[in-house]
Amino acid sequence: LFCIILIQKLKHCLGSLIIYILIYRKLKESEQLYMEVSKKEMSYYEDTELRLGLPGADNQPKKRVFFDVNESAFKVKECHGDFVPLKKVQAIGWPPIRSFRKNCLQATKVEYEEVTTIYVKVSMDGAPYLRKIDLRQYKGYKELLKALEDLFQLKADVVFKGSKDYKDNESQYKPTYEDKDGDWMLVGDVPWEMFLNSCRRLRIMKGSEAN
Amino acid sequence: MNYFPEEVLEHIFDFVSSNQDRNAISLVCKTWFKVERESRSRVFVGNCYAVNPSRLIKRFPRLRSLALKGKPHFADFNLVPHDWGAFVYPWIDALSKGCPDLEELRLKRMVVSDDCLELLSKSFPNFKSLVLDSCEGFSTDGLAAIAANCRHLRELDLQENEVDDRKVHWLSCFPETCTSLVSLNFACLRGEVNLASLERLVARSPNLRSLKLNRAVPFETLHKILTKAPQLVDLGTGSFVHDPNSEAYNMLKSAISKCRSVRSLSGFLEVASRCLPVVYPLCSNLTTLNLSYATGINGTDLTKMIRHCRRLQRLWILDCIGDKGLAVVASTCKELEELRVFPSDPYAAGSATVTEEGLVAISGGCPKLHSVLYFCHQMTNAGLISVAKNCPNFVRFRLCILDPIKADPTTGQPLDEGFGAIVQSCKRLRRLSISGLLTDKVFLYIGMYAEQLEMLSVAFAGESDKAMIYVLNGCKKLRKLEIRDCPFGNLALLTDIGKYETMRSLWMSSCEVTLGACKLLARKMPRLNVEIINEKEQGQANLDDDRQRVEKMYLYRTLVGRRKDAPDFVWTL
Repeated sequence: LFCIILIQKLKHCLGSLIIYILIYRKLKESEQLYMEVSKKEMSYYEDTELRLGLPGADNQPKKRVFFDVNESAFKVKECHGDFVPLKKVQAIGWPPIRSFRKNCLQATKVEYEEVTTIYVKVSMDGAPYLRKIDLRQYKGYKELLKALEDLFQLKADVVFKGSKDYKDNESQYKPTYEDKDGDWMLVGDVPWEMFLNSCRRLRIMKGSEAN
Repeated sequence: MNYFPEEVLEHIFDFVSSNQDRNAISLVCKTWFKVERESRSRVFVGNCYAVNPSRLIKRFPRLRSLALKGKPHFADFNLVPHDWGAFVYPWIDALSKGCPDLEELRLKRMVVSDDCLELLSKSFPNFKSLVLDSCEGFSTDGLAAIAANCRHLRELDLQENEVDDRKVHWLSCFPETCTSLVSLNFACLRGEVNLASLERLVARSPNLRSLKLNRAVPFETLHKILTKAPQLVDLGTGSFVHDPNSEAYNMLKSAISKCRSVRSLSGFLEVASRCLPVVYPLCSNLTTLNLSYATGINGTDLTKMIRHCRRLQRLWILDCIGDKGLAVVASTCKELEELRVFPSDPYAAGSATVTEEGLVAISGGCPKLHSVLYFCHQMTNAGLISVAKNCPNFVRFRLCILDPIKADPTTGQPLDEGFGAIVQSCKRLRRLSISGLLTDKVFLYIGMYAEQLEMLSVAFAGESDKAMIYVLNGCKKLRKLEIRDCPFGNLALLTDIGKYETMRSLWMSSCEVTLGACKLLARKMPRLNVEIINEKEQGQANLDDDRQRVEKMYLYRTLVGRRKDAPDFVWTL
């Protein structure tokens, strides 16, 4: 069995050896062919040979390049054997995905985001900074107002007390929103879906101001 | 065999259907050549510029089915300028005069104009099948002509074409007498179709087996169509978003329960997870599933659906399924033969996607796997070695690491050993695409072991000319070699110029090849067309400066010399 393995190994080595010899011979032949290319070209070849690195650093081995086509000036980035990761890899035609597929994915991606998240700013009178919430997270007004209470750490039922209740109460906070026309409306009057479509930002007004 | 009359020879040759075998038969002797060419009805031309139409028609007078490919493969990735060529008009023109019995035309990566389609529809009374894959240049006007004039049309298959939508109701142009449709695929069209016409068309096509709708066909229409065509085998959905509690949803559910023949499911260009369960009853019989456009579904829901698909042979999916999802695929789909995993977000680095783990799991669980296209963020040598060991039957292996020169993250080494293991183990490998950090060594392995390799795609790899020389020397069956952004230069190009006549084509872009070397090659090899694509502005282009580096070179063997339709920016040397 050992002999069989040995013979196989020898076959492989012999195989590679033959290939190396053939390649060496081919290289010699093609060097001749290569010389036919005018001498002038040869002497200029070194000047125009693509090299990376600063001018003057002549003895560097050739490295692979790829181009960042987003830059207006032509930039070449070095990449060594131990790869330095780049933030954005955008050579033309990379990754190799058909345009049709790329376009479909982009289109659906944008739509998907539009459909599934509606982020709006929420301000509260007297609070030092604003918050942002995703209206799609909530199934209706009840949940939204509860969330607003949690967000600004108001006591329970301060904002939400049912449509009728908080319209009457003077000292409570009132949730309002700016709609597509730029008007400030009281939250809760229109159906939820309609509200989602028209709400641009929220503001929790102090009771006294709201009146 | 020489004592048999020609009719007997012809009868025997009828049993030989593969084009390669028939090509071999025609080389045996003059008699066989004559009998073979007179009886050949299907011809495949891999490069439309390798031969001209009149020559083809003269040789094969009984031509019924022609398949043509035009632009080089890298045209898919915008590396070939728009007007490069591959116009199909001369072909249709010649065929209309010399081959009126044409029944089938399959075109890939060609420019098809509306005039072509109109000429086609009027010239061939028996025309049955038109397949356009990745073509461009036509609009719905052309489709209307096809619909209206091809009386016996069986197949109209539009795969991923760029079609100009002229708001023509082309679907309504199918006459009421047209009842022969077997396959209709218009998934790539962006515009709306007349839904009533569509439903009527489906209703009067009892032989309809394959129907792929486009995004504009709403959910509500789907159940109506399925009710009229419960015999469908291949279904591509249109828009698939709806409220699961609605009437339409329930009607779809009952329509689907009557579709017992569906074996292939695709579409889902617009889809929500909550709608998927309605197709679960189809899953157990599915052999092909294409969810590669379904960005609206997350990994968990994808996995849930796939658990039902035990008979799957082909799966095209997005990488949001994740490594865990692929492990589920590996344990569920034991019949899997082909897997394609596409990136859901090609430019996002580091989002949760697939890695070597997923591929290793698949290779371990699916013994019949022979075709893989895998986009991932990282790969390891160990992973590739495992895959190679588990799946020695690969015929196509295409790996694309999104970061083009990424090394093995666990060892920092290039991926030479991994790919080396693949080519060594998979003795039947015909197509290979490599990526990641790669030195000359991987090319040595490919040259040594990939004996059946016919197509090789290389990007951002190698260190010297030796790499390309290894491949040209070693891969005896190489037909197509495409290289981009590699440091291969004149030495590699000129080492074995005779090799290029044994291949269909060679593409080199952003390499180190100079104009002088290309000119030399063109001079020595008159049966090759060496084309330089020069995209610089006018005035900067200089054909005399042999020293300049060539940005894009495409060479191919041809019987008919330089082409006459090359645009200004293409120089045939």
